[in-house]
Amino acid sequence: MSTQTATSKETNAQTRPPKPKAGFFSHFKLSIKTAPYYFLLPAILVFGAFMVYPVISSLILSFQTFDMGEYSFVALDNYKTLMGDPIFWQALGNTCIYLIIQVPAMVVLSLTFATLLDQKFLKGRTLFRMSLFLPSITALVAYALIFKLLFNTEYGMINYMLSMFGVDKIDWLNTAWGARFTIIAGITWRWTGYNMIIMIAGLQAIPLELYESADIDGAGAWKKFWYITVPMMKSIILFVSITSTIGTLQMFDESFILTNGGPDNATITVGHYLYNSGFRYFKFGYAAAISYVLVLVIGILSFLQFKFTNGGED
Amino acid sequence: MAKKVIPRVITYLFLIIAVVVSLFPFYFMFVSATNTNHEILAAPPTLMFGSSLMSNLATLSKKIDCVRVFINSLFVSVTFTALVILIDSMAGYALVKYQFKGRGIFFAVIMMTMMIPMEAMYIPLFTLMTNIGWANSYQAVILPPLANAFGIFLMRQNFIAFPTAMLEAARLDGCNEFQIFGRIVMPNMKPALGALGIYMFMSVWNSFMWPLIILSTKDMYTFPVALSMLEGNQWRRDYGVIMLMASITTLPIMAIFLIFQKQFVAGIMGGAIKE
Repeated sequence: MSTQTATSKETNAQTRPPKPKAGFFSHFKLSIKTAPYYFLLPAILVFGAFMVYPVISSLILSFQTFDMGEYSFVALDNYKTLMGDPIFWQALGNTCIYLIIQVPAMVVLSLTFATLLDQKFLKGRTLFRMSLFLPSITALVAYALIFKLLFNTEYGMINYMLSMFGVDKIDWLNTAWGARFTIIAGITWRWTGYNMIIMIAGLQAIPLELYESADIDGAGAWKKFWYITVPMMKSIILFVSITSTIGTLQMFDESFILTNGGPDNATITVGHYLYNSGFRYFKFGYAAAISYVLVLVIGILSFLQFKFTNGGED
Repeated sequence: MAKKVIPRVITYLFLIIAVVVSLFPFYFMFVSATNTNHEILAAPPTLMFGSSLMSNLATLSKKIDCVRVFINSLFVSVTFTALVILIDSMAGYALVKYQFKGRGIFFAVIMMTMMIPMEAMYIPLFTLMTNIGWANSYQAVILPPLANAFGIFLMRQNFIAFPTAMLEAARLDGCNEFQIFGRIVMPNMKPALGALGIYMFMSVWNSFMWPLIILSTKDMYTFPVALSMLEGNQWRRDYGVIMLMASITTLPIMAIFLIFQKQFVAGIMGGAIKE
């Protein structure tokens, strides 16, 4: 596709360098007209092979089943099965739980940290910021294993600390809400610092005059936060909320390592279910259908974000 | 005076608690890497550095060839980062500094692919890689994530501010378009390239699901895959060894972060804030 446009564009480029004979290859000669296509060529190749091809192939696959090494066309059967599949709905429901509990908690925490780190009187700002950000660079597998140990029922640090307050041992990883709480604690630990950095960038874009005039009016810190910071940060807050929700839809590493989706699929995510269907049970067609529903849900969320952030900004 | 002091004390207190919660799991990981399974699973759990680092390392070496895993991870990450920097900066540059047919469409398509999760592509990619004989190979791990819209977007944002007059001057001096890019544009973009590079290096170093799918033999594993395999049978789980491996996985990235933290933060901020 790109080479076609490149050649059609080339005819204009002929006028520039005074070359008398224009052979076929001169269409491809490097000039200001052809250069952008050369610069884009590697990206086009990579996106073609590893984005466009799989996306189309996946769509076709989602109308097929893979059985005994053979593909057969089954029209919408995979999608119909999926709509009646309790595990799939459970996976979507789990993401809703994270959306309702984890996302707001993380947004409040990251905005609070960002605001506190932005205070003028604060000393050692870089040290605080780096420490809070450090979890965000850890490999997901590594931190999931650490949390698995910390939340161990018999020997874990968390239960030991709770026992000092007279709380009985909680079976974190083998009860539905215990496992969910562990995952929520984990992803909040891992991502709050990351979102805090985004919030700091947003805070720095708020004009200082707003705060100065509020000072003149005698507004306190809390009022300034509530009436200036929060409204000005609306689009960033939405950005963080939606990207986090998309993240929990796709989440794999944590649920794979920490809880293996269990107990009884209480913590399974759409991404994890896709992996199980495709690479544990080798239901390629079914997994492809799951991936298309995932694309659809993420598309809707991204559209909402785009729509509302454009409304929120100038 | 007191009116000012109390909120400040609360602020410091709150941040210090947050820092402790942030850093404790790291401390626990490093400490546990030097302790035996027995010490880690004691009540109360051991929170002091022990003397079993070497014996844990010996056990780990019997299970996994760490040097090999390190070479795999390093090779995959460095190659990926070099390629992604080149591809994304070239594409971002073309999208900003040239007028050409299809520019709008190309940019729109790239931005739309940002919404498509990588997971959606794993089934066809797995089949493709198996069919062309690339399953369990470095290129199978490195190539697919190169289709990364975020990097192109980030570089595009950075090229907007690049002075076009410099390009014009170079053209008048007789530089061709590649020379302009290689000798004038790229050397001036080092901060942006650094930010992109560090961000990408980290994301590929830590990536788990795709390598887990496509790599099948021990000699090809990267750190996250090797680490997940170590977990094994839960009744014979050796936490000291697991935490040691987790530490080895985390330390290189930590070092890079501490050295380049400014560029790193710039990479994240650049992705969130729109022009």
